Amino acid sequence: MSRQAQLLPGTLDLLILKAVSLGPLHGYGVLLRIGQISERALLIEQGALYPALFRLVRQGLLKANWGTSENNRRAKFYELTTLGRKRLREETEGWNRLVTAITSALAAEPEEI
Amino acid sequence: MRFLAWFRSVAAKFFHRSQIERDMEEELRSHTQHRADDLERSGLDRAEAERRARIEFGGHGRFKEECREALGGNFIEILMRDVRFSVRVLRKSPGFTIVAVLTLALAIGANAVVFGILNALILRPLNVPQAESLYGIDRASAWGSYQSYPDYLDLRDHNRGFDGLAAYTIAAAGLDAGDNPSRLWLYEVSGNYFDVLRIQPYLGRFFHGADEHGPNSAPYIVLTYAYWHTRFQDDRGVVGRAVRLNKYPFTILGVAPPDFHGTLLFFSPEFFVPMVNQEQVEGWNGLNARGNRWIGQVMGHLKPGVTPAEAAADLNSIGSWLEKSYPKDDAHMTFSLAPPSLGGGYFGRPVRAFVTGLMVLAGLILLAACANLGSLFAARAADRSREVALRLALGASRSRILRTLLTEAMLISLMGGAVGLWGSVLLLRGLSVWQPVPRFPIHVPVSPDTNVYGVALVLALVSGILFGIVPVRQVLKANPYQIVKAGPTGRVGRRIRVRELLLVVQIAICGVLVTSSMVAVRGLVRSLNSNFGFEPRNAMLVDTSLRMAGYSGDRVPAMQRRMLDATEAIPGVTSVGLVDNPPLVEGWKPSMVFTDTTTDLRPANAAAEAVWYSISPEYFHAAGTALLSGRTVTWHDDKDAVRVAVINPEFARKLFGSVTNAMGRYYKMRDGTRIQVVGTVEQGKYTTNLAEGLQPAMFLPILQSPSTETWLVVRSNGDPQQLAAAIRSKLRDLDRGLPVFTETWNKGMDGALLASRVATVSLGVMGVIGAMLSITGIFGMAAYSVSRRLRELGIRIALGAQRKEVLQAALGRAFKLLALGSAAGLVLGVLASRVLASIVYQATPSDPLVLAGVVLAMLALGLLATWIPAQRALSIDPLMLLREE
Repeated sequence: MSRQAQLLPGTLDLLILKAVSLGPLHGYGVLLRIGQISERALLIEQGALYPALFRLVRQGLLKANWGTSENNRRAKFYELTTLGRKRLREETEGWNRLVTAITSALAAEPEEI
Repeated sequence: MRFLAWFRSVAAKFFHRSQIERDMEEELRSHTQHRADDLERSGLDRAEAERRARIEFGGHGRFKEECREALGGNFIEILMRDVRFSVRVLRKSPGFTIVAVLTLALAIGANAVVFGILNALILRPLNVPQAESLYGIDRASAWGSYQSYPDYLDLRDHNRGFDGLAAYTIAAAGLDAGDNPSRLWLYEVSGNYFDVLRIQPYLGRFFHGADEHGPNSAPYIVLTYAYWHTRFQDDRGVVGRAVRLNKYPFTILGVAPPDFHGTLLFFSPEFFVPMVNQEQVEGWNGLNARGNRWIGQVMGHLKPGVTPAEAAADLNSIGSWLEKSYPKDDAHMTFSLAPPSLGGGYFGRPVRAFVTGLMVLAGLILLAACANLGSLFAARAADRSREVALRLALGASRSRILRTLLTEAMLISLMGGAVGLWGSVLLLRGLSVWQPVPRFPIHVPVSPDTNVYGVALVLALVSGILFGIVPVRQVLKANPYQIVKAGPTGRVGRRIRVRELLLVVQIAICGVLVTSSMVAVRGLVRSLNSNFGFEPRNAMLVDTSLRMAGYSGDRVPAMQRRMLDATEAIPGVTSVGLVDNPPLVEGWKPSMVFTDTTTDLRPANAAAEAVWYSISPEYFHAAGTALLSGRTVTWHDDKDAVRVAVINPEFARKLFGSVTNAMGRYYKMRDGTRIQVVGTVEQGKYTTNLAEGLQPAMFLPILQSPSTETWLVVRSNGDPQQLAAAIRSKLRDLDRGLPVFTETWNKGMDGALLASRVATVSLGVMGVIGAMLSITGIFGMAAYSVSRRLRELGIRIALGAQRKEVLQAALGRAFKLLALGSAAGLVLGVLASRVLASIVYQATPSDPLVLAGVVLAMLALGLLATWIPAQRALSIDPLMLLREE
């Protein structure tokens, strides 16, 4: 457990968008997909996923439809809207810029100054 | 558009709530099922897998809540939840809730009642078409709105601001519609009265200006709907019927509409008669006397586009012309306009001032109640600081906690408002049907309307916000970790806190209320025991009108002698006197008097305006008025003898400088008649305004100034009720058609005392409410200060502090605040009572008894309110306390 990292505030939305962009998913599926693509390095409280999903639906980034899951259970499937796809692109770029900046900042050596 | 969309989404969410709720529930369940499927695959049995899945999911309720918040637009839902929560919290402390709701109910109820009265008497216009442009004409001089008939005609015909001017005055007459004659109240009105007011008849027709052709030319009657309904049982055949008014033939023309009760708000007549028939109605003719101001009020609709100021200026120019043309009769002819519903400035001004003052007091009560509840809520919030801290620590947002606190305040204020409004509606309905003085058709039409409900609601909401925000700063500043760790000890600072300031303000307000109510009550007690210049106890008044029975000329004094003799013969009667109008019952007649040397008898030269009475020789004896010097009038003071008068000390002072100077001297009446002073009697009260100063008065022999108005004052040592029956039968033996009305003089004075009684009762109620508020306020403060310092007090006791020291520590500050507030309240109250002195008879705020009473009352209130907290402080068991905390 100790090797798992806490999510930075605001990054959950980005992860959800990314997970769903790879194909329609139900809530539990989103959780599994995030675990899978982050190689189980990120800790997400299961229940905390849903307020985020609802918020994204309300913002028009996701749309939801009831369907049947691979376990043959009724589940609500989420997929990206056009707006969601655009947002994912922007956020990814923003994140990359941030990471580059932070990384280079942290990599700075005394002689470089 | 945005708002509309938002609203639709809110509404949709609200109505599809259960659908969304079911959806959400199913989705979350589907999640745990999927998780359980995975866990089952890893080897757990199904039950264990489901249990584990639920645990892993985390706080189900919390996430659902967050989902709802994420969905947005569930304002109503959150509100409902807050309300449910608040109800639960309030139910947990019923004592607090009941005290708070009752406090507010009292305050809001008092406000609703006073506003209901204000609304009915001042804000609501008369029930006539276009009432907003209807104005009454007031005169700036002493007798308010009264005008003489010739002046009225000049005003009516020469003004340019009004769309016609109508006049009315109140009179009483005997109406005989085929059976027993009864004495009824009526309006004498100008012919154009109904046309100027733009009213249409309910039945038949009205009379008009064109029906008037000089004195006694229009013997017509228009009935009010109420009188037609009760007396004639809605008989439509009444139109055109001939009746007798004071024995003169009159014709009923029609019936006024049901919602028209005349133009004086609280005095409803039974019928209307043209003013030109004044002689037949009142027994004398004032139509040509320019100096005789007997018309109650002149009023009319302003022409479109004319402002009240322009109309008043126009009237004033007529006024100055009148002053120049008739210097003998008209002086001080300056006019102002006012709403006519309260019958002009003489009546209207004090009523308006009093009701407005009452409204201010009621507002103060509400403020005091808010301050009270504010400090109660602050104390409660402090007591609950541990709970609040816990909720904050568990992740509740501050806004959420504030919202629940405000919801609690709102709930309490709405409940208080509802209870208060309910009470006030009952009270107002009661007031509307109340007939304070049986001899006058006085009623107070104050039934509550939507304005009253609206004001009560707004007051409730505003006061809820007012006292709800008091603890806000406290919550915002609270540091949850500190409080959970250390407990709500709080610093005991020297600084005056907002809460303490509130308490001082509140006690000061209550002090004002208590002081003014004490002043008023004391004034009433004095006025009931004061010297009226006659002795109302054991005196019976017999009100007969020879005019209504058709007497005139020489038949009048002869009949009056017979009546006196007949009444005197009744066993148990000690003396009987006759007066044309007893003091303090129905009104008074002023007349200008001049010194003997005055030759130019114009109003400006008058030495005084004296109240006058026509009396029989025995009157002073029967009334219990003491003769100070000289003699009373006799039966020899008749038309052929020298005109004489008995005067009171104020009259003597004004005309002759002193009482001793007055005997045997002469003065002049308006018409130049010289009158010799033959005696003086003690000073008394004469007008129906008990707050009057010293009034000059003169008593003239009935044979020299005859009057058909005949009141017998019967003094006896027997039972007044039995006596009344005997008097009635004796007088009926003399003339069957004589209307006779008997009552004790004390009863007859009800009307004169009504104003000060109403003032006293309302101020007394305000004072009681104020006292109750200060009790709850001080109690809250003291209880809070004891509970906050319980531990400290326990330590003090353990270290051997004496009872006195413990009390000093626990309640010293509360008492200091109480003393500060009371002192401020007392000073303000004394200042405010100067206003009272003009309404309540003999109300002097500098009365030492009142001051002592207020100080004692506040002290008693303080002791009463701190009693329980003090007991609690003294009974602290330090061991228990230190163990528990």
